[in-house]
Amino acid sequence: MWKTILRRILIMIPELIILSILVFLLAKAMPGDPFTGSINPRASQAQIHHLMQIHGLYDPWYQQYWNWVVHLFHGDLGMSYEYQEPVVDLIKQRGANTLWLALFTMVLTYLIGLPLGIYAGRHEGKFQDTLVRVYTYVTMSIPFFVVLVIGIWIFGYALNWFPTSGSISAQASGLGETLISRLGHIILPGLLGALFGTVNIVQYLRSEVIDAKHSDYVRTARSKGVPMKDIYRHHIFRNSLLPIAAFAGYSITGLLGGSIFTEMVFSYPGMGLLFLNAINYRDYTVITALVLLYGFLNLMGTLLSDIALSIVDPRVRVE
Amino acid sequence: MVETKSDQFLRIKDVSTAFKINGQYYDAVSDVSLEVNHDEILAIVGESGCGKSTLATTIMGLHDPEETKISGEIDFEGTDLLKLDEKGYNQIRGAKIGMIFQDPLSALNPLKRIEDQIQEVMVYHTKMDEKQRHARVIELLNEVGIVDPERTAHQFPHQLSGGMRQRIIIAIAIACKPDLIIADEPTTALDVTIQAQILDVLRDIQKENHAGIILITHDLGVVAETADRVAVMYAGQIVETGSAAQIFNEPKHPYTRSLLRSMPQRDNENDDLYVISGMVPSLQKMPKDGDRFAPRIPWIPVSAHEAHPTMHELEPGHMVRCTCYQNFYFPDQVKEGAGNESN
Repeated sequence: MWKTILRRILIMIPELIILSILVFLLAKAMPGDPFTGSINPRASQAQIHHLMQIHGLYDPWYQQYWNWVVHLFHGDLGMSYEYQEPVVDLIKQRGANTLWLALFTMVLTYLIGLPLGIYAGRHEGKFQDTLVRVYTYVTMSIPFFVVLVIGIWIFGYALNWFPTSGSISAQASGLGETLISRLGHIILPGLLGALFGTVNIVQYLRSEVIDAKHSDYVRTARSKGVPMKDIYRHHIFRNSLLPIAAFAGYSITGLLGGSIFTEMVFSYPGMGLLFLNAINYRDYTVITALVLLYGFLNLMGTLLSDIALSIVDPRVRVE
Repeated sequence: MVETKSDQFLRIKDVSTAFKINGQYYDAVSDVSLEVNHDEILAIVGESGCGKSTLATTIMGLHDPEETKISGEIDFEGTDLLKLDEKGYNQIRGAKIGMIFQDPLSALNPLKRIEDQIQEVMVYHTKMDEKQRHARVIELLNEVGIVDPERTAHQFPHQLSGGMRQRIIIAIAIACKPDLIIADEPTTALDVTIQAQILDVLRDIQKENHAGIILITHDLGVVAETADRVAVMYAGQIVETGSAAQIFNEPKHPYTRSLLRSMPQRDNENDDLYVISGMVPSLQKMPKDGDRFAPRIPWIPVSAHEAHPTMHELEPGHMVRCTCYQNFYFPDQVKEGAGNESN
């Protein structure tokens, strides 16, 4: 098991190197430069030239890339042209915000999705099943930004239960207050994200439960005299979890990428917004850092999924 | 012959099992009556779709009550199984009746170790503790011919071969020494050498436990090798029952004779096997009355069949449905009194 994981991590290294080169080149290939939009409009062409030279933007790409890599290994991802802040610091702040929201959303999603999926599968074709399916179809068909806008309007403005923007209140001080304020800011987006994001889990689980229910090994278990409720616990549930485990890793890392919709509507300073702005302002250093990070997260996601799957399914365990 | 022992502990009387298809019920098994004795192997033979497996799962009570309608009586050691609720049935399944399934590849839970899957049946029917159960698992694995029981017990189904998996299924079925073992095509998925070994295991177990076995198969070779008595099923009905000797030496019903004639013979120079024309009608197309086999022997005039075919006793223990057997002949053979040519 550990050997497999180690091997998988070693394979990730060349993948990351290739990814970093690609990302670096693509960012450079974008039209425009980081200064034209941000500098005093009366700045002369010569001044912009000068700035480009200082920042090494006229060097050949491999030299720029190499500089970037050397700095990367010193924990320095460069300065953001837009925010005039080290990229590392930017990602740290935004990443923490996103991490909070992502974890909260994910826990809620599974808390809602797992029981619903099993419940629907267990009552296949009955009223309860129809109810759950209607719920998933409705949540799937409404565009998520509409949900967010309506949610913020009802619970934020009309009822005034939750804050409508930011990640923490400016007045919060002390550990307890900070935590409560942070939680207050993620409850509404997290809850909406979870309530409207369960469709995958519910539908997968439902159909897996139905498959498992009619499977031969369940018939074997019944012929042993095992009561149905125990069959659900010992046989059906675990077998149904396989596809969920298979994409659990991806969904974790996917959420860490941040949700652009949620962050836009709630003005929540997370990774999604950071990325979007970076692209708009040609903030090369931020773009390359983020894409590389997303690439890394994706690779980690596959690894996590494989590990999760091998925990539940002995057939994919490599001896 | 076997009737002399006469302690029938399973008596199936007029059992019909109907499945709901588009809101209507169709008989998959109709009015089947059978007995099984201790120390006996009763083989149920017939083509695919003739209701053999449905009969087996009906005895086991594995049908969804919302999709099936079952009538009749299954008297097992004094209780009518069809009157039991799920809880009552769970005390019989696994403990008193064990079932061996057709496909060893899918009949085991892929995520559980062999040991746990065998132990499970003991958890529900015995008071053994973990240690005793483990000892019993090893004993069972030895009994069904697993070479390295300790190792196998710890393995997962995907690590075993088909033959080994079928042995595990048998081990599960016999773990609590049931009085009745229902084996539904236990050797179909296996190659011939393994088949013979599995049948040996079954016979040994039977001798040891004095169990009755219902062996469901379409393989007449298996029947000839193992069965004491045979029931031939066609389109949900029993068409002929008798001792193995009666069925193989003096088959009466046209269906039995056709089946036997379609069996490969070692001394047959002719390479062409007899083929029964047509196929078993689907549930919806099942004729309501008359001889259900009649459409597949169209050269026999309708008048030769009974309007409402019933079972006729020819000799003690040998029963045949419909009187058409008296006038039956194969089209490629000259018509001469019934039942003269051997197969």
